Amino acid sequence: MAAAPLSDEELARIRADFPILSRTVRGGHPLVYLDSGATSHKPRQVLDAERGFYERTNAAVHRGAHQLSEEGTDAYETARATIAAFIGARADEVVFTRNATEAINLVAYAFTNGAHGGGGGRGDRFTLGPGDEVLVTEMEHHANLIPWQEACRRTGATLRWVPVTPDGRLDLTDLDRLLTERTKVFAFTHVSNVLGTLNPVRELTERAHAVGALVVLDACQSVPHLPVAVDDLGVDFLAFSGHKMFGPLGIGVLWARPELLDEMPVFLTGGSMIETVTMEGSTYAPAPQKFEAGVPVAAQAVGLAAACDYLTALGLDRVHAHEQALTQRLLEGLAARPWVRVLGPDGLRERGGAVAFVVDGVHAHDVGQVLDDRGVAVRVGHHCAWPLHRALKAQASTRASFAAYSTSAEVDALLEALDRVPAMFGLEVAV
Amino acid sequence: MDLYQELILEHYKRPVRAGLRDPFEAEVHHVNPTCGDEVTLRVHVTGTGDEAVVEDVSYDAMGCSISVASASILAEEITGESVAHARKTFEAMRSMLTSKGEDPGDEELIGDGVALSGVAKYPARVKCALLSWMAFTDALHQAEGANA
Repeated sequence: MAAAPLSDEELARIRADFPILSRTVRGGHPLVYLDSGATSHKPRQVLDAERGFYERTNAAVHRGAHQLSEEGTDAYETARATIAAFIGARADEVVFTRNATEAINLVAYAFTNGAHGGGGGRGDRFTLGPGDEVLVTEMEHHANLIPWQEACRRTGATLRWVPVTPDGRLDLTDLDRLLTERTKVFAFTHVSNVLGTLNPVRELTERAHAVGALVVLDACQSVPHLPVAVDDLGVDFLAFSGHKMFGPLGIGVLWARPELLDEMPVFLTGGSMIETVTMEGSTYAPAPQKFEAGVPVAAQAVGLAAACDYLTALGLDRVHAHEQALTQRLLEGLAARPWVRVLGPDGLRERGGAVAFVVDGVHAHDVGQVLDDRGVAVRVGHHCAWPLHRALKAQASTRASFAAYSTSAEVDALLEALDRVPAMFGLEVAV
Repeated sequence: MDLYQELILEHYKRPVRAGLRDPFEAEVHHVNPTCGDEVTLRVHVTGTGDEAVVEDVSYDAMGCSISVASASILAEEITGESVAHARKTFEAMRSMLTSKGEDPGDEELIGDGVALSGVAKYPARVKCALLSWMAFTDALHQAEGANA
């Protein structure tokens, strides 16, 4: 049975946990925050956990033998276990980075470093060179595109991409031609940050594995919004960020199959990630430590673990059902306005909680400004997915995106504010 | 909202001197990477030194109302003016736009440009309003190099 959306009482309790949701903006308008795809707000439970770490435990973890250091290390590693369990993984399969972008770069640089005999790795799986190919998709966020463009440039490998259909799905017609035994990596997004498109991860992963390619999944827009278990997906790497899922800024997560972490050459180097060091050379700690150079992001990890606990208590299946209901309300509201064109899938099937649209004749910046004037915060521009906008023949778009605390009243506030746009910019529409 | 004055919307809907024309000494292409706004802008300058005059500014602007209106105002205010005057106008526009609302704008120098004064209170939009002006100074610099 499908999970029930959140009730009004539950929603009220959730919203009371997020202090920022009660502030006003632009001369007294209540904040209508529909930009959680860019960053989510943080509940008191997360803020308290991070503050508590600094107030009671603060230490440079994995160093020193004093009590604070012991407690700090314990808090950090306990947080790792909580965050790993949140995606159905083991603690030693999870690497902390500064953000999801760094997590993807870590993998891309491991391939480059492997090609140049980089240390800390074993085997020859992590090499790229002329004749090899990396496959991405046209709907990627720049964070899952540019690291691969650069990896190909550095190594002489070739970048290929899966195009998108006019309704914002991956066009898999030519996948057999694009995904071949030359493909070393297939990197794609779980849920499009612009369109909300939910990609068929298992099918794509099976086809990638059939030709021996490793799969890197950008899960930034899925892990915060729907149940994600790495074993179900079958992918090799998965990256997500803390701040989009009620966690702090400054922490990202890379999950990988443990044998791959073991084989993978190092990326950032320095303290913390070593085993032995001499002036001539060094050996490296086992994963995940070998990928965590420098003083670890312990307070952020503790905060993110609290965010995982918060989302687990809500139930990700119910969060997803709630966001689906909001998405449906918004799609219906936009469909009733013929002067608005929704980019991407028009129904709820295989879709997450982000809706991008354009008002033909009015630039997204202007749409966003009119909404902002009423306290409605949305994202405008190309949302770090410029090639996708080109493919959909949109210079820019306006995007509303949801989180567990979003309400149907906020969807209505967006639609009401949007209705000021045609008159303001002289569009001749029947309203 | 004091951002969208009638004058701005007029320039947006009917941009002055829009389109790319010959002759020109320099053509530049500037983009605003946060939103994808783009402008291609040409300048035609005659004379050198104190005698230099901006004979034509032609452009193809794709973007929000603020960036298109700003390109239109630029073409209106600068065409036919001396290069020295054009530079002063640019400085006056930049000063107003980056003043966070402190500088209301010198109407003597920037004409319709004062309609963009409200932009200064919206930091995210300042780049939109400056896009074509930055392109213009870049093109002017290149054109002077070509004429020297």
